[in-house]
Amino acid sequence: MNDNVGIVIVSHSPDVARGTAEMVRQMVGAEVKLAWCGGAPGGGLGCSVPAIVEAIEQAWSERGVAILVDLGGAETNSEMAVEMLPAERRGRVVVCHAPIVEGAVVAAAEASGGATLEQVRRTAEEM
Amino acid sequence: MELTEPIRRALVEALAKAMIDHADELTRLDQAIGDGDHGINMQRGFTAVLANIDRIAALPIPEALAAIGTTLVMQVGGASGPLYGTLFLRLGKTLPERPTLAAFVVAAETAIAAVKARGKSDVGCKTMLDVLVPTLEALKSAPEGADLPALLPAAADEAAAATVPLRAVRGRASYLGERSIGHMDPGARSSALLIAAACAALRRVA
Repeated sequence: MNDNVGIVIVSHSPDVARGTAEMVRQMVGAEVKLAWCGGAPGGGLGCSVPAIVEAIEQAWSERGVAILVDLGGAETNSEMAVEMLPAERRGRVVVCHAPIVEGAVVAAAEASGGATLEQVRRTAEEM
Repeated sequence: MELTEPIRRALVEALAKAMIDHADELTRLDQAIGDGDHGINMQRGFTAVLANIDRIAALPIPEALAAIGTTLVMQVGGASGPLYGTLFLRLGKTLPERPTLAAFVVAAETAIAAVKARGKSDVGCKTMLDVLVPTLEALKSAPEGADLPALLPAAADEAAAATVPLRAVRGRASYLGERSIGHMDPGARSSALLIAAACAALRRVA
């Protein structure tokens, strides 16, 4: 399992993030590390940079981590979180420009087959 | 000028108070063209800044600005967190401990460039940049001896008002397309408020 690219789901809504993760688990199985986060610091809709950093750590794989986001703020906050990672990890995390649900399922399916981070990203972004 | 601890404290307090006092107004602007959370987000970020004011005001200006930036990044919860966070972080990284006006101009240019990169945006997209860039231009073209604490907030207000007829190209408001026309951009407004608050605080202590 550690040989596969990990997947992180970042939504403004914890419900959307949790539900998306549930769909990934059911459709793709447990072959990829998966983590999600949603909601602003202290609650409410939004994104939390510390929570994103933690999710990346949970889903961490030496092959890298692909992040799926919902709306603009999730992308900006995810990019910020990536920059706050240790230098040796920063280059192995990508934010995919894909619809969050479809992108997460497709990215995880691709990752579960042992694809590289770049392949996972490309497949998600073809959605 | 030397930004002593009381001045730094006054500046940080003024910035925080501006965002906390105008949270409802910013939220109303954001409800018109965004997702209605700009006021709440900025209020949350600056409430966290205010909670740490003793620690922040004790720091030299570069570190104080960086601490504000980090707090905003960690606490705001919307795109404005990384955007304003980047602005303060980069100002802190570029300003010397005893900044001259010339050093401030260089730092502001660097910080604005970083905000552009962070938001993948530029002037004319109906964002905070539509206030930051023209206000910096006003500063650069101000005649020697000009009353900057009066001139800059006026330039910022004018620039914020000029976002009303713009069509949003970045951020949530861009989903509205043509319908984003006719509303002031909430990020432009919060930038104008922060500039006015900083200038008023400096005028009080100068």
